[in-house]
Amino acid sequence: MTTREFKTVGTAVRRVDADDKLSGRAQFTGDLQVPGMAFCKLVTSPLPHARITRVDASRARALSGVYAVLTSAELVNMETHYGSDKKDRPVIAIDKVRFQGEPVAAVAAIDLATAEAAVELVDVEYEELPTVTGIDEALDPSGEPVHESNVCHEYGYEWGDVDAAFRECDRVFEDTFEFPMVYHYAMEPHTCIVSYEPDRIRLWTSAQHPFLVQAEIARLFGRQLDQVQVVVPFVGGGYGSKSYTKIEPLVTALSREAGRPVRLALSVDEAMRTVRRHAARGTIRTGVMNDGTIVARECTGYVDTGGYTDNGVRVTERFGDRMPGPYSMANVRVKTRGLFTNSTPAGSYRSIGGPQAIWACESQIDVIAHALGMDPFEFRVKNLVREGEEVRRGRRPIEGDLEYALRRVADEFGWNSWRPGPTPPGVKRGIGFACGVTNSGASPTSTSLVRFHADGSATVYIGSAEMGQGSRSVMAQIAAEELRIPYGKVRVVASDTTAVPWDRSTGSSRSTTLMGLAVHDAAIDIRQQLLDLAAEHFEAFPEEIEAEDGRASFKGESVAFAALVRNMFGGSGGELMGRGYVTPKHASGKLRQDTVFWEVSIGAAEGEVDTATGEVRLLRYYSISDPGKAINPKQVEGQDEGAAMQAIGHTFFEEMLYEDGQLLNPNLVDYRVPVFTDLPHEFETVLIESGNGPGPYGAKGVGEGGIVCVAPSVANAIFNATGVRISTLPLTPERVWRALHEAGQEAG
Amino acid sequence: MAEAPDTLAVAFELNGAPVEATVEPQTPLIDMLRERFGLTGTKRSCDVQVCGACTVLLDGAPVSSCTVPAFEARGRAVLTVEGFAADDASSPLVEAFVNNAAFQCGFCTPGMLLAAKSLLDADPAPSEETIKDYMRGNVCRCTGYKKIVEAVQEAAEAGR
Repeated sequence: MTTREFKTVGTAVRRVDADDKLSGRAQFTGDLQVPGMAFCKLVTSPLPHARITRVDASRARALSGVYAVLTSAELVNMETHYGSDKKDRPVIAIDKVRFQGEPVAAVAAIDLATAEAAVELVDVEYEELPTVTGIDEALDPSGEPVHESNVCHEYGYEWGDVDAAFRECDRVFEDTFEFPMVYHYAMEPHTCIVSYEPDRIRLWTSAQHPFLVQAEIARLFGRQLDQVQVVVPFVGGGYGSKSYTKIEPLVTALSREAGRPVRLALSVDEAMRTVRRHAARGTIRTGVMNDGTIVARECTGYVDTGGYTDNGVRVTERFGDRMPGPYSMANVRVKTRGLFTNSTPAGSYRSIGGPQAIWACESQIDVIAHALGMDPFEFRVKNLVREGEEVRRGRRPIEGDLEYALRRVADEFGWNSWRPGPTPPGVKRGIGFACGVTNSGASPTSTSLVRFHADGSATVYIGSAEMGQGSRSVMAQIAAEELRIPYGKVRVVASDTTAVPWDRSTGSSRSTTLMGLAVHDAAIDIRQQLLDLAAEHFEAFPEEIEAEDGRASFKGESVAFAALVRNMFGGSGGELMGRGYVTPKHASGKLRQDTVFWEVSIGAAEGEVDTATGEVRLLRYYSISDPGKAINPKQVEGQDEGAAMQAIGHTFFEEMLYEDGQLLNPNLVDYRVPVFTDLPHEFETVLIESGNGPGPYGAKGVGEGGIVCVAPSVANAIFNATGVRISTLPLTPERVWRALHEAGQEAG
Repeated sequence: MAEAPDTLAVAFELNGAPVEATVEPQTPLIDMLRERFGLTGTKRSCDVQVCGACTVLLDGAPVSSCTVPAFEARGRAVLTVEGFAADDASSPLVEAFVNNAAFQCGFCTPGMLLAAKSLLDADPAPSEETIKDYMRGNVCRCTGYKKIVEAVQEAAEAGR
């Protein structure tokens, strides 16, 4: 078979959503008008932990312009709880509230002002309960548990003889690292419109997983899947915050009460009480030989999942999967627990459990390297898993050469030739490194449909939500490539459950790999049909036909695909349909093995510490992205840079602050996110294409790797600069100054 | 509603055309633009003048329409992303955003484009530091900013 050059794959094509998004025409859920729609405002609990003793909405219901008030009393003739792994979240609080800001009642009114006025008229009485704030209080058995207990989930695995290895090794290190609660700040806060109708339920919502929302709503309200339509317009940022089901059940129940469509658009304050990232504590014991060989690692840790499970089960597991790091070790023991506390429920956030795990793993690797007198880079390389080796026993071996990737980043960063250079008095410079591999949680299940029209254009149908990652453009590129037509002749219809075939979800960096395969297969299905038609036309065999640029050719003659389709239907119209199914059995079962792929993350940082103020400036940051094959290289870089910038937030300043269950900084003034001036002078993505992913053309997922290595590489740079190790994030000037101060006192 | 508040008549220029609206004194500019004029390109996000998603140009200068009262538009010129995009002169900036992948989800993009336009109107050849300082009132949570800086630089080059 001769190799064919790609026409659109591998190029930074004009995004299919460019014109909409650069003109203000792009419609997000909050931009939609549904006729007759009422406006919702929430009555939320001011208390973090309390029994609800009375809810009286009669005064609110009596207010002119109020259509309905939803309380737990209205949750009849339906299931009352939902959730992805554990259905522990009530549609609206029942008997008890478990975090400050939990919805207790919801008003639907003719306009927002009326809804706001009605909220003030809902009388709720509480009996306050002792509050569980943070991991330590969750572990204290004497308090009032958030649920039946404070344990949400326990996870663990082990191989080798860990205890013997610790007895026999030369040195043992034990360190504990803390990671803060952080908030996604998707700029579009969660927004949902629901029309509950006798024969169907229609939802327009800012959701990443339209088909999981569809299934959850169908189950809650006793409907068939075909009676529930979920439409996801453009999503204004996801990063996991809009995964699974969030506000949709509440709005659906309220629409049922109101007898009309209802719209709920959260504020940032309310979004911060809807979902966040898990705070975590990781303790790692590592046994090493004096030559730098790691022989054993024991990782124990906790994640704080807040008032409800949300994605706490998977995050607990992924935190445990990711903590030992990408090292070859004969003995490993991991135990992690997810804990309930009285705070915003914690769910998915870009690389679930990853930044927390690798913060602990990679900080400690530097501690050990320093104690052994080894270069931290060489210490890592010495212990790395090799290509084809199992990173976690029983799972897919690592694809790709990690050592090559590490050396590429070190070379481009200039690790070996780096010198601090002259600095002003009191300012110290240092460099730090970190690496990790993360098992994608991507479920290998997607479907796609492609229609090939009678004029040679095509429409691709996908379930993926477009939340910025550019999936529609990538799918159009794949379809154009396989249909052998120009990129500009492909349109993409996405994320409307009545129009597009089923997809599991948009997350875990899965769409290019798995939906990409479905689109790829659907397009090839059509191409094969075109080749068959052309073979008939030329009286040749299909294998003898060349297909390119919308035409089939044989022995110097050619015919347009469009003509083949029209001829098939005997006239002016007609079309072909192609389908792509991705299941665990796809490609002889190669997707069945857990994990579908490993995402590589590497970071190298140069930082500058002002020892007088504790301020740290990130001067240079180098990251790596290995998409296997970069179908759209600019978008790959954009994913990596965006992820790294979010990590700059949790590294330096982002932290949701709770005191006695009260969120102290529920707004963007007090909760600061990165801005333009936080951009380092050098902020580079090293793109490597190892070609070994399970997706089309060897592609695999990216978008999460960039977020995991910033914090440890920066803390390692601070250590390199000052000799002071900081084990708690974020690295605020105050925290850094205190650490320097304490170290100075000890030294002096 | 209990008692109807007083209303104000506001006559102003919207995207180059004279318009009038009646608003309540507390109506923010963003609500008037989105609800009275259907210009939904202006986005609401933080509500506290930090994120810049609601940026519009008032007499050419960027303002956060979430916190500016609608009546302040009286007698002045308001430019939203819809008006910006309809003007051919905007195409170098738009194309630079496309070429540099300077947008992802697109929620910050209308405000980002208007902030960049106002910067380039004031300083056709801004340094990298000037771009970062000028644009720091516009948050983007997707791109990591680097590609937006590059887009503004490219548009500045094209404009020379």
